[in-house]
Amino acid sequence: MDFSTLIQILDSTLRLATPLLLACLAGLFSERSGIFDIGLEAKMLIAAFFSAAVAYDSGSVWLGLLAGIAASMVFAAIHGVASITFRGNQLISGVALNFLASGMTVLIAQNWFQQGGRTPSLLGKARFEPLTLPFADALKDVPILGPLYSDLLSGHSILVYVALLAVPASWWVLFRTRFGLRLRAVGENPAAVDTAGVSVIGLRYAAVAIAGLLCGIAGAYLATGLQAGFVKDMTAGRGYIALAALIFAKWRPWYALGACLLFGLLQALALRTDVVAAIFPFKMPVQLLDSLPYILTVVILAGFVGKAIPPRAGGEPYVKER
Amino acid sequence: MTFMRSILGAAASLALIAGAASAEPAVIFDLGGKFDKSFNESAYTGAKRWAEKTGESFKEIEMQSEAQREQALRRLAEAGANPIVMTGFAFGNVLTEVAPDYPDTSFAIIDAVVEGPNIRSVIFSEHEGSYLVGTLAGEASKSGTVGFIGGMDIPLIRRFACGYAQGVLDVNPEATVLSNMTGTTPAAWNDPVKGSELTKAQISQGADVIYSAAGGTGVGVLQAAADADGVLSIGVDSNQNHLHPGKVLTSMVKRVDNAVEKAFDDGPGFETGVMVMGLDNEGVGYAMDENNGDIVDANWKAAADEAAKKIAAGELEVHDYYDDNACPYLQF
Repeated sequence: MDFSTLIQILDSTLRLATPLLLACLAGLFSERSGIFDIGLEAKMLIAAFFSAAVAYDSGSVWLGLLAGIAASMVFAAIHGVASITFRGNQLISGVALNFLASGMTVLIAQNWFQQGGRTPSLLGKARFEPLTLPFADALKDVPILGPLYSDLLSGHSILVYVALLAVPASWWVLFRTRFGLRLRAVGENPAAVDTAGVSVIGLRYAAVAIAGLLCGIAGAYLATGLQAGFVKDMTAGRGYIALAALIFAKWRPWYALGACLLFGLLQALALRTDVVAAIFPFKMPVQLLDSLPYILTVVILAGFVGKAIPPRAGGEPYVKER
Repeated sequence: MTFMRSILGAAASLALIAGAASAEPAVIFDLGGKFDKSFNESAYTGAKRWAEKTGESFKEIEMQSEAQREQALRRLAEAGANPIVMTGFAFGNVLTEVAPDYPDTSFAIIDAVVEGPNIRSVIFSEHEGSYLVGTLAGEASKSGTVGFIGGMDIPLIRRFACGYAQGVLDVNPEATVLSNMTGTTPAAWNDPVKGSELTKAQISQGADVIYSAAGGTGVGVLQAAADADGVLSIGVDSNQNHLHPGKVLTSMVKRVDNAVEKAFDDGPGFETGVMVMGLDNEGVGYAMDENNGDIVDANWKAAADEAAKKIAAGELEVHDYYDDNACPYLQF
């Protein structure tokens, strides 16, 4: 495998890891506040649809992005109402949202565009164009570092950089601000937060809303950044892989980056059967590469490599008086 | 009130029976709807062509949900529609149950084989159509490397891939054919993101013509090929040339319209059993229109048409993956 092939694979890794990373951080905020979120998939899917549909109708990808985020936040709000206000089962609410999004997007798309449940292809300003970072062309000929910068880092849509910046931002919010401290506390011991006079409900709604925002960006990236339009069920299980990445990352932002890049790399490798054949001395089935994220997560959960301990109050609705 | 209702009900069913006497043909469109720019729309085109030709009318129903299949089928049969054509293999199970209840009605199902004395099963020779687009791909490729991207890894898709590879290698024995499947679960039909990434991966391995037989995933394949410089794609099922004018070399079309038109032409009591739509009866082919007229050389087209004639006449045999579950031209 030569250097340029490596760059191509890493480039593909970055593209594939971006939606995972955004969804994973969304799950991170939600679960750190004690709300399990199995509906990451639903939020990405509904955002993918509305971002593509609005971008097509308005011709502006930025309006599409806003619409996607708004749709995702509406779903987040439904999840919040069901699991925070009405203290319903968070897993059931999430699963219900997944079904709802899968059916609703196709139904609306069919009614809106009559193209078999997808949106027409986006053209020009209706999709995110690749962004060339400053000096990318000038540095192209520098050995090693040149291709790394101009081929690997440069030339992605802006949402990729947003996702990468969201990692330090999440870390800073969660571990360096008062809001973050309270948010983590509410996931560990909501009663203590309540005793201190801080609203548990408010904090959890805030966390769920942040999750909605991040999933909205992830969905918009799928439909208007990576693709040029919406196709039925186009998230294809990425919300679940993001959940696996979250467990793999032990609910920490920087680890989440590592986990998502690793899972992205595995997906990217699975696409290059020629490289896989060259790396492994035996015949490696690509299906194994595809399922490795889940296998690794199970290994982590089983406690073979460190220990993954979820937030203690996760999954339990908070009841003020008993 | 109850009495009124039963009277009304009786009147309504009388009206239905009265309407039934004419024995109109009917077509049921599968999920996705009549104007899906693909399979169903093709069926609609065929039905409409028949209606214009004969000046008669036909009944139609669009599926809105899975649960409606049996209900819709029975409703049309009760109303006396004959023959009834349904698009899509998803009707297979329902038809097995419904058809024996209406022995006098003729049913035709497209893309599936269902046994029954009053059922015609229409299937297409996808490998033959794929062979033709393969010859075009082999001619159009400048790098000598072409790609195939399948949806779910099932024998049907391997049949596409194998015919395609044979076509490519027949015009350019030195060519390399890359082949990737999107996945092994039904999610592989609707993962355009992975389709795009696979396309980019094949392009970086040198492919400059890429054929996709992958349902919704193909949207991503065509898009990624259109975004890249000097790369052509090949669409599938319906004519997808218009999706990216000048960037789609051609499309392997399954002439669902011809199958529907023929079923309507044959009328009630048509010949049942398995009907294979191949090159000999214009069941499959490749699409030429104003969107790809400039990129397909007249010589390539002539060669492809020549091959089509030979296949139809039985002089040239395209390997059918169904025959032996193996492909001599391509490693999976």
